[in-house]
Amino acid sequence: MPVITLTINDELVSGRRGESLLEVVREHGITLPTLCHMEGLSERGGCRLCIVEVEGSPRPVPACTTMAREGMLVRTHTTRLIRYRRMIVELLLAERNHYCAVCVSVGHCELQNVAAALGVDHVRYEYLSPRVTMDLSHERFGMDHNRCILCTRCVRVCDEVEGVRTWDIAHRGVRSRIMADLNYPWGESETCTSCGKCVQVCPTGALFTKGAAVGEMVKDPGMLRRVLEGRDRKEWEG
Amino acid sequence: MIPSDLRAMAEQERERQEGFRCRIMVCAGTPCLSAGADVVLETLRQGIAEGGLDAEIESVATGCMGPCSRGPLVKVRSRGKEIVYERVTSESARQILFSVVKGRRPPTVSPLPPDLPFLARQERVVLANSGSVNPERIEEYVAAGGYEALSHALHEMTPDDVCREVSLSGLRGRGGAGYPTGVKWSLARKAPGERKYVVANGDEGDPGAYMDRSIMESDPHRVLEGMALAGYAIGAEQGFIYVRGEYHLAGRRLEGAIRDAERKGLLGSRVLGSNFNFRIDIRTGAGAFVCGEETSLMASIMGKRGQPWHRPPYPAQKGLWGNPTLINNVETFAAVPAVVGRGAEWFAAIGTPKSRGTKVYALCGQVEIAGLIEVPMGTTLREVVYEIGGGIPSGKRFKAAQSGGPSGGCIPASYLDTPLDYESMERIGTIMGSGGLIIMDETSCMPDVASFFLDFCRDESCGKCAPCRVGTVEMHRLLRRITSGTATMDDLVKLEELCELVGTTSLCGLGMTAPNPVLSTLRYFRDEYVDHIRQRRCTAGVCTIAENPAPGAEGEALLHAMGVPGEVE
Repeated sequence: MPVITLTINDELVSGRRGESLLEVVREHGITLPTLCHMEGLSERGGCRLCIVEVEGSPRPVPACTTMAREGMLVRTHTTRLIRYRRMIVELLLAERNHYCAVCVSVGHCELQNVAAALGVDHVRYEYLSPRVTMDLSHERFGMDHNRCILCTRCVRVCDEVEGVRTWDIAHRGVRSRIMADLNYPWGESETCTSCGKCVQVCPTGALFTKGAAVGEMVKDPGMLRRVLEGRDRKEWEG
Repeated sequence: MIPSDLRAMAEQERERQEGFRCRIMVCAGTPCLSAGADVVLETLRQGIAEGGLDAEIESVATGCMGPCSRGPLVKVRSRGKEIVYERVTSESARQILFSVVKGRRPPTVSPLPPDLPFLARQERVVLANSGSVNPERIEEYVAAGGYEALSHALHEMTPDDVCREVSLSGLRGRGGAGYPTGVKWSLARKAPGERKYVVANGDEGDPGAYMDRSIMESDPHRVLEGMALAGYAIGAEQGFIYVRGEYHLAGRRLEGAIRDAERKGLLGSRVLGSNFNFRIDIRTGAGAFVCGEETSLMASIMGKRGQPWHRPPYPAQKGLWGNPTLINNVETFAAVPAVVGRGAEWFAAIGTPKSRGTKVYALCGQVEIAGLIEVPMGTTLREVVYEIGGGIPSGKRFKAAQSGGPSGGCIPASYLDTPLDYESMERIGTIMGSGGLIIMDETSCMPDVASFFLDFCRDESCGKCAPCRVGTVEMHRLLRRITSGTATMDDLVKLEELCELVGTTSLCGLGMTAPNPVLSTLRYFRDEYVDHIRQRRCTAGVCTIAENPAPGAEGEALLHAMGVPGEVE
């Protein structure tokens, strides 16, 4: 792939044509928070945490869905961007019940990590505390809507990697909920293969393995890469 | 059908119409129908049949005549003269019919004055046939000169010529953003791709706006002709018209129009005897405001969840099924036959140097006559409200006009003389939008108005991106605190901060513009916000101020009330 040159935070860096800004930024050791992006899955551009400023663009753009172009001038950590990121995390925390102390994923949660890295120590917005349920109908796994941030990694991994599309989103806006099949209890889903990929890619404690105690629910996001690379090498064929 | 057949068809229909001594037209647009136009039409038809007047008098159900708040409307056309009656009942319809037969004025029903500014001050281009042809008969559209522009383009112009003509006319997108239509067409024309598509956006969801609905209901063939011209210009053979699910009548009339046009060889294969093939299909929306946004609209057409995707690439490069797609608003397409038929110069002579042509507005709210109007770009708000709309009822004062729906903003009284064109409106912090104009008098409370629009956006957010999904909810809650007198000045700061966040970081136009009603009311009516917070007082007397000044549980019930059906509590 042809090499391109762009400027990130006043530094000349190189990338390859066809790469997203996020890939180039991360290759150069700059940390950009993301919650909906995951290597191996299609980009969504929904969490808006990886927004960066690109010269010539009137508003910040998400690095994950923006292609790196020759001669681009990019800033990743301006005061304004950091302020926006903090506010977005605050909004996510206010949206549903995210009481870390009673979450299975405490200590291993991407939302918690992002909040800590951005220094979000309190939320200024009203907690919406919607009444949402837990779905414990599946034999091995559980779904706690209280912790869901609607990043749709589970939807995408199920559709794009497992090839099943058990998960989808019901309703819209703040009422959106992840649902199995046509809003069946997960355990009654006729399509779910119980592969557990969705649990591993979920950034929070929304999808978890049953029986894990608080703090035990360590996820293995590297699983996705192993699966995809193994497929490329045809490890499981023939 | 070849061009000579088209002319013969027009001639035949004109002769048929001239054979009648009188044509009585009843507005059969949705507002008039809901006011009882169907009963009026039935009465007239019965009267004509009973009197054996079928050969002399024809009753015609037409599209929108304009002054919707005065419906049902009846127009009598005889010997080249037109008389319009308002608020017609079956009783007055009988009188009108009687007077037509006897050649006398009806005893108790008086017509609208012929020089009524509401009718006389307009300049109708897009609505030229609206209210005078039967939208369910293709012959009437053809008799009014319909499909002439298409015939002319197919046989005497190259696709490049058509693009050039549209560019020269200065026509800009009527859906809201005002992007130059000619540039969009040229981009779609040049985009490499074997298959291309034309899409008409008829998903109009703004509160108070019904321009597109009226155009589709009143003159469906005009939209189809515009789309066919676009298809020829960019090299597409397939068009989709995306109609809002609530617009049953528009959908039905379009469906009939497409069928008729196909049968007559004006759509389908080898249109008008040329080598150009063009099919149009209808797609019905399932009721989501966000589907008016072009990428969501395309997702919806492809049968996916109506959510936007990131641009670039723009639809002109990569749209439906990855192919170059041209998306324009219904009103934009409806203007094209006039542009091609009467020439770019003629069109460009109307309006202002940067905003050319005319614009259709849905004038509603606190005005004497509410309805659908079409005026040249650059007409001032004062002319629209006081001359065309007849001023504010009950001697009240004009307070503000909300333009552009939830994406727009307010125009205060001090800007009444602002010309309504793209640039001037943007300068004062609002937008042309699709053309909804809601007039408010002194009994409107601006924080309450902002809260209404935010409530709408909150409800219509698709939920894909976090700032819009949660930000609009939090903004609405802060506004509710303000209107209930339980907010602090700190809440106002938070609100402004959220406006900035949601406006700059949202994924699509819905979120980006959701804060506009708040920002523009804050810009011109900040004191009302401060009054609500500091004095706990609503000057307009609209808001119910809470007994307890402390932030209470007033917002609490909201999300609980939003419980998802079928979900166990």
